[in-house]
Amino acid sequence: MRIACPYCGPRGLEEFLYHGDASVRRPEDGGAVPDQAWTDYVYLRENANGPHRELWYHHAGCHAWLVVTRDLRSHDILGVTAARDEA
Amino acid sequence: MRYSALTVLTQALRGHAGWRPAWRNPAPAPDYDVVIVGGGGHGLATAYYLAKHHNVGRIGLLEKSWLGNGSVGRNTTIIRSNYLLPGNLPFYELSMKLWEGLEQDINYNAMVSQRGVFNIYHSDPQRDAYARRGNAMRLHGIDAELVDRDALRQRIPYLDYDNARFPIQGALLQKRGGTVRHDAVAWGYARAADRLGVDIIQNCEVTGIRQERGKVIGVETTRGYIGAKKLGIAVAGASSLVAAMAGLRLPIESHVLQAFVSEALKPLIDTVITFGAGHFYISQSDKGGLVFGGDIDGYNSYAARGNLPTIEDVCEGGMALMPMIGRARLVRHWGGIMDMTMDGSPIIDRTPVENLFLNAGWCYGGFKATPASGFCFAHLIACETPHKVATFYRLDRFASGRLIDEKGVGAQPNLH
Ligand SMILES: Cc1cc2nc3c(=O)[nH]c(=O)nc-3n(C[C@H](O)[C@H](O)[C@H](O)COP(=O)(O)OP(=O)(O)OC[C@H]3O[C@@H](n4cnc5c(N)ncnc54)[C@H](O)[C@@H]3O)c2cc1C
Ligand SMILES: [Zn+2]
Repeated sequence: MRIACPYCGPRGLEEFLYHGDASVRRPEDGGAVPDQAWTDYVYLRENANGPHRELWYHHAGCHAWLVVTRDLRSHDILGVTAARDEA
Repeated sequence: MRYSALTVLTQALRGHAGWRPAWRNPAPAPDYDVVIVGGGGHGLATAYYLAKHHNVGRIGLLEKSWLGNGSVGRNTTIIRSNYLLPGNLPFYELSMKLWEGLEQDINYNAMVSQRGVFNIYHSDPQRDAYARRGNAMRLHGIDAELVDRDALRQRIPYLDYDNARFPIQGALLQKRGGTVRHDAVAWGYARAADRLGVDIIQNCEVTGIRQERGKVIGVETTRGYIGAKKLGIAVAGASSLVAAMAGLRLPIESHVLQAFVSEALKPLIDTVITFGAGHFYISQSDKGGLVFGGDIDGYNSYAARGNLPTIEDVCEGGMALMPMIGRARLVRHWGGIMDMTMDGSPIIDRTPVENLFLNAGWCYGGFKATPASGFCFAHLIACETPHKVATFYRLDRFASGRLIDEKGVGAQPNLH
């Protein structure tokens, strides 16, 4: 697996750190939201079998956070964007 | 047919023409009292202990592929009960006790070999942490010994004791730990369950879970609808996929873990050794291959194959621990799918859906748990209360904050 960093070009996997599902959203308001929203955000994942949007950090490169779309059945990378453009 | 030295001898004299299949291959019945999904170690053990200890009626076990295609036939075969936390220790020790009597119980040679597990430590703080773990084990009546550098050197002379970065100071030893022939565990439980009347149905993938008013009533499969009064899910790496059929979202990510086997060598490593400064563990199979592994690759995967950086990392760990293996050739490697939970510990519990029970989250350490997992899951399904050594493995512990995080790294599955 090689990830095409939008800033550095295609680089080996050993340069990246993985941070999981990019679709989870931190609840907006600390105290007021019900606990269930926090449980969902911190612990529960869809973990479906197919294309997966996920966060990678280019730690041995440009230090950018990336959103990679990858097929979990084949490891084929379907798209890479900078996380700052997605936010 | 009961297996014994005598049957081997008489079969030898008859040219081995009289062996019969170890289990039947029945067509699925229209319904069962209990259906277990998943023919890995945990599903098969569950079916066996249900049939043996509980009076639950007719049991069917549905496996989408062939028995042993999953992680039960892909792991590095290490068993141990050297845990730290109270939620884990009694459970893994029950598993160790069940391993000790397993072969007599199921009349099958699973090659249970209590050859010892040495966890090597490399620094003062690591020694203290291992001593603490050993003490926790001993408080729970589990064997543990701290072995100092000199004693370790006598026992295992070929380690790199004076490695400049990771000098070896000693080890925590669990003598009762060791290895078990993994395929034989699947086959042995399958045969024993079959002999007690369990229908084991292969090539039967569960594709849907049918509910009526919040209750499970059966499963859709590639071989038609099968009714079930109770349904137990034990599909390891596929847990999120099958649970989603009942509308559940789990605290699990599926990851890939690789394993490696070298060319066959003369007897060399007569125990299990783990490196403490990285992630590397090794033993030698009876065929002579060095069997070893390390970390999970660290990203979600259902592909059951890994990537080269992990292979490099594993081999570096091996070279730092025992440089003598550097010239052995690697002949095979493969991957398996791990159901990594958010705290690194498993789940054996009821679910919010009535009649639906869940056994999942075994991470990369579920092989050693196979007997106790089956034992406790059978108890849960039959009695509807958790077995006393599995009370911590609740599905709602993530919401309530009662996590069982052995490593203390938080909700980051690829760090457990
Ligand atoms: C490389 C590697 C090394 C490991 N090393 C160790 C070790 O040294 N010690 C240790 O304790 N553990 C180890 N493990 C972990 C251990 O192997 C697993 O935790 C354990 O085997 C999981 O339980 P199981 O045997 O029931 O899983 P599996 O054998 O994976 O069984 C699950 C079954 O469910 C079936 N299934 C899935 N979906 C469906 C469906 N929809 N319908 C019907 N059936 C379905 C699958 O086909 C599969 O057969 C290792 C794992 C791997 C991959
Ligand atoms: Zn970059």
